[in-house]
Amino acid sequence: MEGAVTVGVAAPSPSIRGRRAAMAEPAVRFLGVHRHFGEVRAVDGVDLEIAPGEFFSMLGPSGSGKTTCLRLIAGFEEPDAGEIHLLGRPMRGVPPYERRVNTVFQDYALFPHMNVLDNVGFGLRVKRVPRAERIRKAEAALALVKLAGLEDRRPAQLSGGQRQRVALARALVNEPEVLLLDEPLGALDLKLRQEMQSELKGLQRELGITFVYVTHDQEEALGMSDRVAVFNRGRIEQIGTPPEIYEHPRTAFVAGFVGISNIVDAEAAVRFTGERRPFSLRPERILLDPPAGAVDIETRGRITDIQYHGASTRLRLVLSDGLELVVERPNTEGTDGALAPGREIRLGWRRDAMRPLRETGR
Amino acid sequence: MRSERAGLGLRIAAAGGLLYLHLPIAFILLYAFTTEDKSYQFPPPGLTLKWFAVAWNRQDIWDALWLSVEVALVATALAILLGTLAAAALWRARFFGRDAITLLIVLPIALPGIITGIALRSTFGLLDIPFSFWTIVTGHATFCIVVVYNNAIARLRRTSPSLLEAAMDLGADGFQTFRWVLLPNLATALLAGGMLAFALSFDEVIVTTFTAGQQTTLPIWMLSELVRPRQRPVTNVVAVFVIAVTFLPILLAYRLTRGTESMHGTGK
Repeated sequence: MEGAVTVGVAAPSPSIRGRRAAMAEPAVRFLGVHRHFGEVRAVDGVDLEIAPGEFFSMLGPSGSGKTTCLRLIAGFEEPDAGEIHLLGRPMRGVPPYERRVNTVFQDYALFPHMNVLDNVGFGLRVKRVPRAERIRKAEAALALVKLAGLEDRRPAQLSGGQRQRVALARALVNEPEVLLLDEPLGALDLKLRQEMQSELKGLQRELGITFVYVTHDQEEALGMSDRVAVFNRGRIEQIGTPPEIYEHPRTAFVAGFVGISNIVDAEAAVRFTGERRPFSLRPERILLDPPAGAVDIETRGRITDIQYHGASTRLRLVLSDGLELVVERPNTEGTDGALAPGREIRLGWRRDAMRPLRETGR
Repeated sequence: MRSERAGLGLRIAAAGGLLYLHLPIAFILLYAFTTEDKSYQFPPPGLTLKWFAVAWNRQDIWDALWLSVEVALVATALAILLGTLAAAALWRARFFGRDAITLLIVLPIALPGIITGIALRSTFGLLDIPFSFWTIVTGHATFCIVVVYNNAIARLRRTSPSLLEAAMDLGADGFQTFRWVLLPNLATALLAGGMLAFALSFDEVIVTTFTAGQQTTLPIWMLSELVRPRQRPVTNVVAVFVIAVTFLPILLAYRLTRGTESMHGTGK
């Protein structure tokens, strides 16, 4: 059955893979794309390339332009300036129904008057795929998202997680070149969300389809993506692999939005780096009571606050010059009773933990 | 603890209100069966079914009935078409004057029928349009459109706009999206609106008076019978029939929209 499923649904045939490789065209390409709504510059000059088969996330706070970028790919919006290419073909003027992309909507947008099977088969029905084949493919897609047996239900009779899967099957059954996902897990509870994350990632690997995934959840983006674009105010602040984004943030915004970071401004930085340039220092890179030789930079600070987080403890320290630092300390040896607010402590970090940031304010 | 039962005074008032509303209707029903045909005396001297037979054989009643049915059907069809289009246009569009247009569409049902009637009559007069079947239909369509529009826009407001985007995303062009997604979602709302429109048109008197000329719809026929009494109980027989024809669609419309409420109400 597994084999039939992968053939029936969306697995690119070897010839398609071959063609993609030969053409070496990015699945999605943005060239200087702008989209303004009145005074609001929702997308303000975006350039990016997404490779075929890539799991690409657009990460950013709400209003940062990530969803508009997704809608531009789907064709629900047209750029005011710039070009969007899908597999090398310019998309200006091409309506959504002629683009080989499919979307999983944030609110799922299932058709309330159709049962699950008809929802999933809708794309095939519009393309006039014969009924028998339509049903076979829709059933295979439902099996792929582990919903076999619910074909006759109405969307109103499904749980949130099940609706999410129907929306996914409905998009995948059309074998899109690119699958667009608009915060698909936003409405689910934490446990279900984590489950769906690994399932989505598994599906993407299995089918080899390009996924463009919009989210404001940095953990989601880091955990699932091949590459992440961090959006801020209509622009991309940084594109890179999750480790690049996390460990080498280029701007204060990225350092602060992706995980927690100590952002040391140019004035304070001189003392540590000898350079008037701000840097980011991740809390887990700071060691308390470091053994000799483990760190390049050593200083002293006073603990002002302690938060116990189970796997780790987060401390807030203030240095003698007034600089505040957050320290994340793994609880590998159990909690340390010696740590208490008000206590003076030695701390230090290695030189390469300090990541220079581009001057902010563009 | 307060009693679950309402106070005596309130119960008497409620019963009185209900009687006030429905007793006259009961009398209409009763006098459809009376044996006395000149005046309504109480109690009726005797009961008979003969007026149903008399009514059945009166060609003027049939003519009036068919005119009313035809007008109601055509006005309803027109209202479903135009009301749906208006609702679709005003659903998502944001443009200057949108609220004003919404008000203009809904106004005819708030306006007294006599104003609508006079306005239409003088318009037809100014434009030299002779009274015809179509002038009655035009008059009725003014308020029928509102009923359909209100039903359609209420359903649309509960419909997620991403539903249409999803259809397009899955390859449906504008017509397919309309045919397979928008229309099925609207169907029960349109049916309910259509039935209400039919009922409204079927028993309309005031606007019809100004737009019918010499033609006689069923309500107009009844009005004229009251002025010139001739076989009075026949009018009551027709009244019973009108009650049945208008009450059933309204009841059905109510059930239709109520039944779908829960399904369309769950957006997420």
